[in-house]
Amino acid sequence: MAQEVESIQRKVDAVVDRNGGGRDSLISVLQDVQSEFRYLPEGALRRVASRLRLPLIQVFGVATFFRAFSLRPRGKHLVTVCLGTACHVRGAQKVVEEAERQLGVKAGETTSDMKYTLETVNCLGACALGPILVLDSVYHGQMNPGKVKEVLTGSLAVAPPLRMKHPAVQPTRKLSVPRKEYGKTKVNRRPGTP
Amino acid sequence: MITLKIDGLPVTALEGTTVLEAAQSVGIRIPTLCNYEGLSPYGACRICLVELVRGKTSRLEASCTLPVAQGMTVITNSEKVKHARKVILELLLASCPNSKTLQDMAANMGLNKVRFKVKDRNCILCGLCVRMCASQMRSGGIGFVGRGTSRRVSTPFASHPEECRNCGACEWVCPACERACTAGSLKDALCGGCQNREPVQTCEICVKCSESVGPKGHKVF
Amino acid sequence: MAKLRSIEDLEHLRNRILKARDPRKQIITVCGGTGCLACGATKVFETLRKELAKKRLGNKIGLKFTGCHGFCERGPLVVVYPEKIMYQRVQPEDANELIEKTIQKKEIIERLLYTDPATGKKIVYEHEVPFYAKQTRLIFGNNGLIEPTKIEDYLAIGGYSALAKVLFEMKPQQIIDEVKKANLRGRGGGGFPAGRKWEETRNAPSRDGIRYVICNADEGDPGAYKDRSLVEGNPHSVLEGMIIGAYAIGATEGYFYVRNEYPLAVKNVTIAIDKCRKLGLLGKNILGSHFDFDIKVSRGGGAFICGESTALMASLEGKIGEPRFKHIHTAIRGLWNRPSNLNNVETWANVPLIINRGAKWYSTIGTGSSKGTKIFSLVGKVKNTGLVEVPMGAPLRKIVYEIGGGLRDGKKFKAVQTGGPSGGCIPESLLDMPVDYEKMTEAGSMMGSGGMIVMDEDTCMVDIARYFLNFLTEESCGKCTPCREGIDRMLDILNSITGGSATMEDLSLLEELAGVVKEASLCQLGQTAPNPVLSTLNYFREEYVAHIQEKRCPARVCKALINFEVDPENCTGCGKCVKICPSGAASGEKKKPHRIDEKKCIKCGLCRDNCKFNAIVVS
Repeated sequence: MAQEVESIQRKVDAVVDRNGGGRDSLISVLQDVQSEFRYLPEGALRRVASRLRLPLIQVFGVATFFRAFSLRPRGKHLVTVCLGTACHVRGAQKVVEEAERQLGVKAGETTSDMKYTLETVNCLGACALGPILVLDSVYHGQMNPGKVKEVLTGSLAVAPPLRMKHPAVQPTRKLSVPRKEYGKTKVNRRPGTP
Repeated sequence: MITLKIDGLPVTALEGTTVLEAAQSVGIRIPTLCNYEGLSPYGACRICLVELVRGKTSRLEASCTLPVAQGMTVITNSEKVKHARKVILELLLASCPNSKTLQDMAANMGLNKVRFKVKDRNCILCGLCVRMCASQMRSGGIGFVGRGTSRRVSTPFASHPEECRNCGACEWVCPACERACTAGSLKDALCGGCQNREPVQTCEICVKCSESVGPKGHKVF
Repeated sequence: MAKLRSIEDLEHLRNRILKARDPRKQIITVCGGTGCLACGATKVFETLRKELAKKRLGNKIGLKFTGCHGFCERGPLVVVYPEKIMYQRVQPEDANELIEKTIQKKEIIERLLYTDPATGKKIVYEHEVPFYAKQTRLIFGNNGLIEPTKIEDYLAIGGYSALAKVLFEMKPQQIIDEVKKANLRGRGGGGFPAGRKWEETRNAPSRDGIRYVICNADEGDPGAYKDRSLVEGNPHSVLEGMIIGAYAIGATEGYFYVRNEYPLAVKNVTIAIDKCRKLGLLGKNILGSHFDFDIKVSRGGGAFICGESTALMASLEGKIGEPRFKHIHTAIRGLWNRPSNLNNVETWANVPLIINRGAKWYSTIGTGSSKGTKIFSLVGKVKNTGLVEVPMGAPLRKIVYEIGGGLRDGKKFKAVQTGGPSGGCIPESLLDMPVDYEKMTEAGSMMGSGGMIVMDEDTCMVDIARYFLNFLTEESCGKCTPCREGIDRMLDILNSITGGSATMEDLSLLEELAGVVKEASLCQLGQTAPNPVLSTLNYFREEYVAHIQEKRCPARVCKALINFEVDPENCTGCGKCVKICPSGAASGEKKKPHRIDEKKCIKCGLCRDNCKFNAIVVS
């Protein structure tokens, strides 16, 4: 246990030093800590408070105020559905509901096998492609409820988009969800393509 | 020195004074909840709203944070102000129904009915306890946690913090939960509290205090 | 590249860069904006690179991965210079053909060209595409020429010449006067005159002489992404603006606050700042002028409220994003209680333009009170979704129909939502209004940060109001009562309206509450929160009444008020819906008309979306 505590402290120290050590770096520090551990462990928050010389309640308050942070461990794979206005108007709500059905959890929760965390976000800024589902930093556009299953089981043949390093997510790992038989599905064609 | 007009009365005050302080200095009473002498103003409860008149238009501003300015015209009891205060109080009562302070305030404003579903938070989020702990007691044991409707006063990781010296200042300064209204059992009730001008229709959230005092209702405060 | 210690050094560098570039050289530019990236632009770029290498053309033909071009609907976009041939929806498989035909044989690939829906003709050149031709792309147009991580590209188009001019030919007050004369107004939504803010910050007393300039790149409005594309695509234009502003104001430290959800923007601006430091455009003694200034990048934590200036500064101080009263401007007491000037990304990006071409020229664009251009993100049910830059005062109809191409799928226009959750909906009757700050506010909406969401007859306006309130309950900081409690209760009422259990009394309560929240809230989030409700009530009251009195949703969106049914005349009994239905509500025998069990139906719409025979009807 002591070793674990020490290892957490060392990692946190590295993050704090990298970010300059000032009070104004609190949010950046917490983001890097979150990237490192995939959530904000209690020990890490205490260390951050002590290193940045801030009251623990302030660090805790910030950690619970901002959406980027999670105090509970997240799943291996982060599924994010954009609920921005443009996506909403194109039916994003139904995509979320289908994802909730497929994964068996509500938005904001993690599956019991810790494999998937489903989240919603209020705009990713790629509005022309809405609705959008992001799986481990990989963007899938023009989503509809029918495509959700395929994307989650990795069988959607889409040109792999840029793996943008989403600060909150670890590097991608292979999906280990078994492929389910789905039956013939429509070929994915973007509307308006000749 | 700055001269301004509050409710038609000319008032002089030093620069840096708030409109609330200036009004109080001439005996005008403006209800407050999150304001406390000695703690810097917060402006969260919005009960102390006043109407700031600028030519043909006017705006509602919280008097506890509004600095006095030369030639300002302020009205503390217009219909607009009274209506806004009432609705805000209604919202507060819907989230903290058992507060004697709120019930008293409601009675004084003639507010009898809360039209919203009660979601009891048992806190009005005025922040007095937090500000007391941080700035007066220089502690930092409690603070605000969460955001929006999940915002609450708590300690880190919901456990007793090391910084807390058990001074009790947070309990002492709390305006809302000092004592819950317990009019159901009269001997514990702090009545003489919820006075109303006339026999009141039972407030939906109150515990029938009017019946427990008598058919004629209460005396006027 | 060595540090630049004078304007002469800067000009020498610029000349060297220009000399090394042959204007006749063919350059393939691939759009690397987020929209195109999500469509696979990286693979297109990589394949092009590989093919060029295979054909040993890597040195002769240029290849650039630029920022967002703006025509997001048609991505991945490729533009070939110097002719500016535009190809849309390019796939990696097209790379080889592109190089062989267009580069080597100078032939056009017809099928990759954009077809003008109005004429049916194919258009070859980017500047002739109506989407672009009808815009005035003063700020955004440069994105296609710049690889965001290469400062050389920015220098090649004249970058940092405004900074040089300012540092050696103008005094700080002159710069402020110029910006005032140009009447540059904040592009983040507030529309406050930037020059006045700068002046206030400059004149505010500071105990230790420290002043701050801050760039607000916390674009929280859902549906708006113009700041993102500017920061990702042309970060130097924003940085140049900030340095000029800092010099004018007398600030030595700057912050670039980017929201957490824009990792590429964070990356590109960090690289840009780094390059500036290396060249001496940031840091001590910039270009030998004795002016010191540096910028720190700060990431947001995921809170819409941090787009508000006082909340942003609170979060920079390591506190929660709680706004405070603004009777004392942040220009006087802001970050760390020091004078701070905060401006939006687009506002900063306009500054070099004003300095280079003069305030007089700038004020010829736009209307009486709103000068210059504005970038909008035109999204929703419109054909040409993307980023659009028009002069202030351009008619809304032009933006939606001429540039946007009109509504998609042949639907009817219903409203345009502008200003994000603080704005409102503009109905068809107001389509001819010129778009500027005052006119937007008059119509009950707001310019906001530039989101323009087009809605058609299948959009339920009550649902839209409910959507925005839902958004705001999650984003409210929770400090003041009217916003925290009031918006939540308004949402309760809207939920009961869309759920079919509301009464007309609830509607009056909604309006009453909206009024109080608007007047009594502490910050702009709360004060503008009722706008979507009030504006939809104003223009679409009949929809609300239908929901309440008839328990009917005219747009057939609100789940509690609709039913999915099978039309027995069209149903062929193919059984597709049965397979797809997640709740087992659809059933039927093969080749016989099917049925949907109302009690099991969860109204997901999968059956209707997949039925080839239009046999599923919503009532």
